[in-house]
Amino acid sequence: MVTHILTRTARVDALAASIRAHFAESEFELIDEFGELTLILPAEHLLDVARTLRDHDAFRFEQLIDLCGVDYSAYGNSEWETDEASSTGFGRGVDRELQVEADDPKRFAVVVHLLSLAHNHRLRLRTHVAASAPIVDSLIPVWSAANWFEREAFDLYGILFRGHPDLRRILTDYGFVGHPFRKDFPLSGQVEMRYDPEQKRVVYEPVSIEPRVLVPRVIREDSRHVGPGEEARHA
Amino acid sequence: MPEIRNYTLNFGPQHPSAHGVLRLVLEMDGEVIERADPHIGLLHRGTEKLAEYKPYNQSIGYMDRLDYVSMMCNEHGYVRAIEKLLGIQAPERAQYIRTLFDEITRILNHLMWLGAHALDIGAMSVFLYCFREREDLMDCYEAVSGARLHATYYRPGGVHRDLPEQMPRYEGKSKWHSAREIAQRNSARDGSLLDFIQDFTERFPGHVDEYETLLTDNRIWKQRTVDIGIVSPERALQLGFTGPMVRGSGIEWDLRKKQPYAAYHQVDFDIPVGVNGDCYDRYLVRMEEMRQSNRIIRQCVDWLRANPGPVSIEDHKVVPPKRAEVKENMEALIHHFKLFTEGYCTPSGEVYAAVEAPKGEFGCYIVSDGANKPYRLKVRAPGFPHLAALDEMSRGHMLADVVAIIGTLDIVFGEIDR
Repeated sequence: MVTHILTRTARVDALAASIRAHFAESEFELIDEFGELTLILPAEHLLDVARTLRDHDAFRFEQLIDLCGVDYSAYGNSEWETDEASSTGFGRGVDRELQVEADDPKRFAVVVHLLSLAHNHRLRLRTHVAASAPIVDSLIPVWSAANWFEREAFDLYGILFRGHPDLRRILTDYGFVGHPFRKDFPLSGQVEMRYDPEQKRVVYEPVSIEPRVLVPRVIREDSRHVGPGEEARHA
Repeated sequence: MPEIRNYTLNFGPQHPSAHGVLRLVLEMDGEVIERADPHIGLLHRGTEKLAEYKPYNQSIGYMDRLDYVSMMCNEHGYVRAIEKLLGIQAPERAQYIRTLFDEITRILNHLMWLGAHALDIGAMSVFLYCFREREDLMDCYEAVSGARLHATYYRPGGVHRDLPEQMPRYEGKSKWHSAREIAQRNSARDGSLLDFIQDFTERFPGHVDEYETLLTDNRIWKQRTVDIGIVSPERALQLGFTGPMVRGSGIEWDLRKKQPYAAYHQVDFDIPVGVNGDCYDRYLVRMEEMRQSNRIIRQCVDWLRANPGPVSIEDHKVVPPKRAEVKENMEALIHHFKLFTEGYCTPSGEVYAAVEAPKGEFGCYIVSDGANKPYRLKVRAPGFPHLAALDEMSRGHMLADVVAIIGTLDIVFGEIDR
């Protein structure tokens, strides 16, 4: 079992080396964490890099496993202060007014997971786009599987994909307004639906649900998370 | 001669062979499909968004409800992502129990698929046989977790509890079953859960033979599936196929072998692959997978009998302490309280962990900012890219073949719509 883990990290190191060799420009950043590789790249290079990753012999990522959007506008926000004790004691005072940086130039990210069957390795690509113009090139010319994944990212986050042949909503209802997975979209939604016996049809109304937090969101930097140390984490 | 016109046909969402809530808009030329446009999302519940608002452990139950015919495999993918993030590893016995239940789940899923697929194409009796065996396997779920479907049995750091020493039995008088019938139903339930599973593995290959007798050489079955929905290996990769869909096209790819997890590197099994990439090959692949799963289950039962031990780690920052300890030990009480009122905080970072679910690669991508809740959870459902390929697979086929293709995709809307 130990040898098996060793060969895995050796393979990841080899892939990391060839990625560093190929994409040496300063705008590329390679993160090696938890035994996984993440290549952060600017949006304008996404299509070229994707083609290289698919066709070059050192990579041969034949499959696009997943593509999704991420909204980073509330990253690192917590509802409960834990660093210092307040003068009023430890009330369960949950701070619900979360700061959302809605016009951050790096608000959204498109995250792509790739798999190479030939070399049996995985790679994650992450490209950030601005909230004001969330547009990236569509990956359909490289991997057909991107089609529905991009429709989903558009539906849930409002990220646009240049060159997509059919960028319609996919998961939400016909005529839905807004992008529900954005951090400034409330969990309970904006509208609720009921049957109106007078009008004899289904009507939409603003939601009547009061938002509530059962377990506050807490970030702790102390040794709360566990594990036998860095080596095991990266195994 | 009457003029043939193109028309658009609405298929579903209330259609028995739409497998749930699929709405298909078909553009047809006579009886030939020109374009198929699946409309999905009728079962969208926002599972991923809900998970952002809950501590890690409270979302395990949501995973069962994604692909609701392969419950524990979904849990496994999610739990593995959390374990990777925390840097913990479940004890070996827990790994074997997970392997055992992953394979039980695979048989459960394939039986459901086989029954529904055969029923769609017109073979009624297979469905009844499949559900007979599913019943036994769901009893295994119930024995170990208390729930027949939505088990929430896997936890970060192991499994919820060890396998029971006594298989639950049918008891008392029943309005519908005589004493003799009850005794017959209890015949395999005298011993432990492992005895019951072993008894099942001895019976099951015979049952697979029964299904094969009904279908494999059946003329009608072959007419409906051979050369229907052919996918070449190149297209299968392009379209993001995984699991039996990619193996049916002749590509030998199985995460259990290629990127082993749990105890898969210690059990012996084979990966079946197809040749032509049509519905019939995918049928054969799944039938053989059931036999291979049965083989894995037997090996797991033998190992679990011989190797007692802990089934979850002892770290009470992640796994709650035993009830008796909570009553006596202050430290344990505090751990229990903090775990259930706050949960655990993970290191910040992002991980992706995948398992070979019965339908293909089920993966969970978690972005964490160091909080007790995931910042973003993305569920990679195998059925999603499979259904996306329906248009390409059904073009040029007849309307009746669409039903065969939907069946062979093995789609479940719980995971596609999320």
